Formats: sequence, structure tokens, C-alpha cells
Amino acid sequence: MHPIVRTVLQRLGLGLLTLFVVSVIIFSSLQFLPGDFATSVLGQAATPETVAAFRRELGLNEPAITRYIQWIGGVLQGDFGSSFSGRSQGREREVMELIGPRLWNTLFLAGMTAIIAVPLALTLGITAALYRNSFYDRAVNATTLTTISFPEFFVAYILILVLATLWKVFPSLANVRESTELADRIYMTALPALTLTLVIVAHMMRMTRAAIINLLASPYIEMARLKGVSKSNVIIKHALPNAWAPIVNVIAFNLAYLVVGVVVVEVVFVYPGVGQLMVDAVTTRDIPVVQACALIFAATYILLNLFADIVSIVTNPRLLHPR
Amino acid sequence: MDIDKMKSLVSAGKMGRRDFIQLSVAAGLTVAAGDNLFSATARATPKKGGHLKSAVGHGSTTDSLDPGTWENSHVGDLGYIPYDYLVEIDTKNSPAPGLAESWEASAEVDRWVFKLRKGVEFHDGKTLDAEDVVASINHHRGPDTKSAAKSILEIIQDVKANGKDEVVFELSSGSADFPFVVSDYHLPIMPAKDGKLDWASGNGTGPFKLERFDPGVTIEAKRNENYYGTAYFDEVSMLSVSDVVARQNALNSGNVDYIDRPDLKTISLLKRNPGLEIDQVTGFGHYVAPMNTTMAPFDNKDVRLALKYAINREELVKKILLGFGSPGNDNPISQSIKYAIDPEPRHAYDPDKSKFHLKKAGLDSLKVDISASEAAFAGSLDAAVLMSESAKACNIDINVIREASDGYWSNVWMKKPWCMSFWSGRPTTDWMFTTAYAAEAKWNDTFWKNPRFNELLVSARAELNETKRGEMYAEMQNILHDDGGIMVLMFNDFVTAHSKKLAHGDLNSNYDHDGGYMYRRWWFA
Repeated sequence: MHPIVRTVLQRLGLGLLTLFVVSVIIFSSLQFLPGDFATSVLGQAATPETVAAFRRELGLNEPAITRYIQWIGGVLQGDFGSSFSGRSQGREREVMELIGPRLWNTLFLAGMTAIIAVPLALTLGITAALYRNSFYDRAVNATTLTTISFPEFFVAYILILVLATLWKVFPSLANVRESTELADRIYMTALPALTLTLVIVAHMMRMTRAAIINLLASPYIEMARLKGVSKSNVIIKHALPNAWAPIVNVIAFNLAYLVVGVVVVEVVFVYPGVGQLMVDAVTTRDIPVVQACALIFAATYILLNLFADIVSIVTNPRLLHPR
Repeated sequence: MDIDKMKSLVSAGKMGRRDFIQLSVAAGLTVAAGDNLFSATARATPKKGGHLKSAVGHGSTTDSLDPGTWENSHVGDLGYIPYDYLVEIDTKNSPAPGLAESWEASAEVDRWVFKLRKGVEFHDGKTLDAEDVVASINHHRGPDTKSAAKSILEIIQDVKANGKDEVVFELSSGSADFPFVVSDYHLPIMPAKDGKLDWASGNGTGPFKLERFDPGVTIEAKRNENYYGTAYFDEVSMLSVSDVVARQNALNSGNVDYIDRPDLKTISLLKRNPGLEIDQVTGFGHYVAPMNTTMAPFDNKDVRLALKYAINREELVKKILLGFGSPGNDNPISQSIKYAIDPEPRHAYDPDKSKFHLKKAGLDSLKVDISASEAAFAGSLDAAVLMSESAKACNIDINVIREASDGYWSNVWMKKPWCMSFWSGRPTTDWMFTTAYAAEAKWNDTFWKNPRFNELLVSARAELNETKRGEMYAEMQNILHDDGGIMVLMFNDFVTAHSKKLAHGDLNSNYDHDGGYMYRRWWFA
């Protein structure tokens, strides 16, 4: 078996184990949330009888271990169960029916942001390393550090003020739906994507710059210089291949953040993503939805980390033979 | 042609702005005056058409079409879009015919007969009959119901259809206000299917057909050409936008025509936009500080009065509600509710009177604790601190205890002797008193048991003579004001903003969004 395939399989196995542990942690920690779906939906109007009726129907009276086994058994067969809310006689609202369209929206926003942010961050990082300590380098650093230092919602408000209210270039509400055409979707998602780009570019750009500068002091780079390779080729052909590992790790980290952590941006732009769904589900104690979201988020982290490791290995075969 | 004739032509849509101004200048008006007059006349006449887009601050992705679970104003407004109620509430807070054309009560007011409007059809073509109404009510009753409206319907002993067009309610005791109960927003009329309520289809009799329900995101509906009443918009959509800045931005940039709950701190900036109108209506909701009248020192009437005079309510309204409210007078009945009075003497800040009552209670000074948390209402901790400051001049030392927000309603409210709380209010005097001031009420948070008050409560409920009933309620409000353990700090206003393109008549005060009726009563000018 090719060593890379073996590593991938090993990592996937470990990933599954991690997911299992995560599922136990999610399930048990949700038991500690005060109150349950019945009390949170009914609020002040809750009476003991209505709460009992809810608990009976939702099967909340079963012991925790039984509920866990039922849930994880379903998940293994691809069934995440049905949501507590919106049930009626003979009809249940599947968790995946609820999460599906929103997960797609979240992935779309993350993808769109990545398409803008990753090339931008790499270009800025490489050029900043190339002209380091120049005015350009300082300007790029200062700008990106400024945008990452502001909270997301503030960046979002500034963009709305400038690009939606003063000059009506983009809409301030990004309330897309399944039927929205791709072009419209891109247009509507422009402001949230721009906000997220401003928030994540600094991290990736600084890592690219640092990783390359770090290598520029190595003897083999000096050798390249001595043999007359041009400044830009030294960086692109000689330094960059060895710098990929840390850069890809940071990119993967930021992409994972785009999938799991953008609820504030979703709220400001009224974007129907999965973050808002999870927050609402936690508030109303709609446990099946919370569990499914948490598992999906965990899987996202695991897969993106796996991807980062593979890229590191492919670009640096030495990592295949650890001594 | 005289101005009145011209105005009627404008109202009928037969005269344009240019002609109107030319003729009004000829009739002796200036161009500007003619223009204003045209706008006012054109706006005052409802006309059909347009797509109303609103953005409200509530809504959750876990909302559902099941009316028993409605607990926020995003889904709560649904009841007024694809659905109708038996009884509507008019702008004067009186019950008005909805799907029920008329109703009458027996002499003891414990049997109510509602006559249904004939020939009303659901969106799918089914004709409305009494069985649908029975199913819509029974959905919230019985041992298996999960409805939030269960407790308000406990008074119903039996509900049954009498033929196709009559519904009969048998009550366990007399209630002259029963028509208000069936106007509750949890009780829209939906079709019955096999004896159960078919709420999942979104099928109703209302002015708009539900096109899309995306919980916590949007509700969209298109005109129901078959609607029995009048509604002006061709299409309505209601977005849930929980971020207040996003909501205001959407209104300012013209993405929506209406928003609720603008940020009161920056409302003066919103007012600067000449294209917007801000509406302000005093509702039924009130901020209170209930004292447990069975515990010392609150078991002494004079101590309660000393505290009532030691609070500067004007200041609370100015600083906590930023002026968007009115000071309370220890009467939980909002002035817009029928039979409300403003009891004398008004309980305003008066250190001398406070000291007088303290002395009468045999005390020189007083030290009490008050429990507060942001869970009670936004700004309640600040309110408690302001109360403590104003009470100092009355030789009263109020110690503010900060409680955790989580579990405030189960651990602090009705447990600690004095705390901060909130009532969203009830549409009738009887309903409010029965909920929180009757001796045996589950939520009697002052544990106040006044025999005369309770006697009047029962007899007023079954009294159909309006004058007598009014006298009884006046006496009860006076008793509560003088003797009760409730300190009503202030009433808050519903504040909303909309584009001047939208026009409306008088506003309802029973509930935000013009009582939920904006979708059927408002129009584009």
C-alpha cells in the first residue's frame, strides 16, 4: 500500500474514534443543560400537565443510556432523528431536512469567502515577505491587523454603512433561499463574504509571511541566491514548497472557523446558516438538532485537519518517515 | 370646483397630483399647501396593492405552525395573516366580529353562543363550519395538549357545535369577558381533519394564503381573492431580523417598509430620516416590583405605602425607558383598557408622605432587600439602584441584590420577599386581576388576599350592567392601589418605525404590530 494511502486510512480511523468520543461528550454535556424543550417552549405558561405531555411524546422519560444508544444507532445508519419542534400527528420534521439547506448555505458562504480570502492572503503574504520591511510590507501588515482587531459585527456594520446605506452597491440583507439564482446569490452574499474575508485574511497572511521569512535564513536559500536565482523565484520555487505545512494548517483552521463559527455574521446579515440554527436549538433545548450540528462541526474540523496533514506530507515527504 | 369635491375625486383615485395642485392654486391655495393637502387626502384613503415587507426582532428556527407553541411575535403574527379569529379586537379595545358574526350569553354568563359568518371558505375551498371551530379550541384543551393557551381555556367546561353555524361554550363559572378569551393569539381558526386540528397545512380563512413558512427566517403570503373582509396588500412578507442595527439598516436602505423595536438609544437619529414615521403606543405591559404581603415588613400596609411614595417613577421612565413609557400608579390596568381608572392620590415621589407612613407604622427608618436581574426586564438592575437612591431621602435603605438571570422566574420570583418583575398585561380588567391578584391565583405574586376585592371580582365577572360593572372595577382598582402589595413602576410603549409610503388608521394597543392587524388594516399610500 502506498504510504500516503495508509496514512489517510489511519487518520480516518482515528477521526472516527474522535467522533465517537465527541458524540459521548456532546450527549452527556447536553444532559446538564437546565430545563428541557417543554419548559423552554412553554415559558411562563408551562403547567405540570403540559410539560408532562411534551416529555411523554418526546420520549424524554427514558434513561439517558437508552436514549444515547437509540440516537447513535440511528446516526450510524445515517438517521439523525427528528426535531422536537414542528411535530404533528403522523408527521415529523427530520433533523437533516432542517439542517440540510442551512448547511449548504453555510458551505456556500465559507466557499465564497475562501475563494476570495485564501489567494488574497497568500499573495499578500508572499509579496510582503518578498519586500519585507518596505513601506508596502508595513502597510499590508497594519491594514490586515486592523481588520482582524475589530469584532466581526463592527466590520460588518462599517461595510453596511459604506456599501449598503451610503452607496447602495450591495444589499444589507443576505436572506438567500433555495430558489435564489447563483448570480443573485453571489451578489447577496457579497457583504458577509467580504466581512469574513477581512476577519480571516490577517491570520493566513501573517503565517505565510512568517513561514517564508523563517526559511529565507536557511543555507539552501543562500545557495540559491549565490547561484543567481531571481528574488521572486527564490521564494516561489525554493522557499514556498517547504513553507506549505504551517500555511496549510492555518488555512484549514480558518476554513473550519468559517463553517462553525460565523453566527454573529449570520445574525447581522440575516443569513440563514447553520450557526443561527444551532444557537436557536440550544436556547429551546431542541436536543436532536444540537447533537447533529455538533457532530457535523466536529467532523468538519477532523476532515479539514486531515486535509492539512495530507497536504503537508505531500509537499514534504520527510514527514512520511518519522524518525 | 370646490376643494371638497376635489378631495373626493382624489380619494376615489380619479384625480392626480398635478391637476389637484393646479386647481387648488386656482382656488386660492399656495402650491405647497395644495401639495400637502393632496398627500394627506391620498394617504387617508386606503387603496389596494403593493408588497408589504416587514422585519421583526423575534423569531426562532425552532418555531412551528402549531398555534399552541407560538410564543414570539414572528410566529404570533401568523395568526393574523393566513388565519382569522372568532373575535377581533378593535382600536378601542372592544371585541368586534371576526369569524363570529355575533354572540350572546346566557343570564348567568356561563353559556356563550357564537354565530358563525356564513359562506366563509378556507384557502383550499372547504367551507368553514362549527366543527372547525370546536377542533381549533379543543387543540388547546384536554390532558394531552401541549398548548401554552391551556391555562386560559381552563374556564371552558365544554365546547360543541350546534348545527353548522353555531358554536356553544359552557363555562364553569360566569365570565362577561369571554369574547376576549377567544381573541387570544394562540386560538386562530384552522380546519378540522378527522376530528383533529390540521395545523400543519397552513390552511386558513384569512386575507392571505401562506406561500412560505421558514421558521426564524421569513413568512410570506399572497392575497386571498376569496377573503370575506377587506385587506389592502397584494403580498406580505415578514422577515425575522434579530439584530437591531441590521433591522434599522434594512429600513433606512429601503429593503423593508416596517420594523419593530428600534434601538431607543439612537431613535433620534432614526427620526432625522424624513422618509420615516415612528409610532409609539402605550400597551398593557408593565414593570412591577411585587412585595410579598405575608412577610415582614411588607405585611404592614403603611410600610408598603411608605415604599410606594419613596420611588421616583418619573425618573425611571426617563432613564430606564428613555421616555418611551409612562409612570405607573400602582394600578396594573393600562389606561386604554375598558373600566380603567387612575386612582387618587397618585403615588408619585414624596419623601414627606413616605416618612409619614413610616412613622405611622411605628418606624424611624427601614432597611429592606430587593432582588433584581436583567431577566425581569432590561434595565431592572439600574431601576433597582435608582429606587434605592430615591428612597434614601425617605430614611429607607434599599439593598439591591443581584440575582442570576438563569432560573430567575423559578428561583427568585414569588420566592424572595421583594423582587423585580414584568407583566405583559391582559386585555381586560377581569383577566389581569384573575391572573395575578385573586386570592387563589397561581401567579398571585404579592400573596395578597383582600376579602372585599375577591368578592367584587366574582360578582363583577358575571355582571352584564356596564355601569355597575364599571363601579365595581373602580372600587377594586382603588383597593389594590391603596392596599395591594404590587408596586407598578411604569408602563412601556410599543415603538415601531415605518416608511412614510405606508399608511394606517388608529393603532391597537393590546399587542405590538397594531395588535397584529397591520397586515390587514394598513395600506400603501
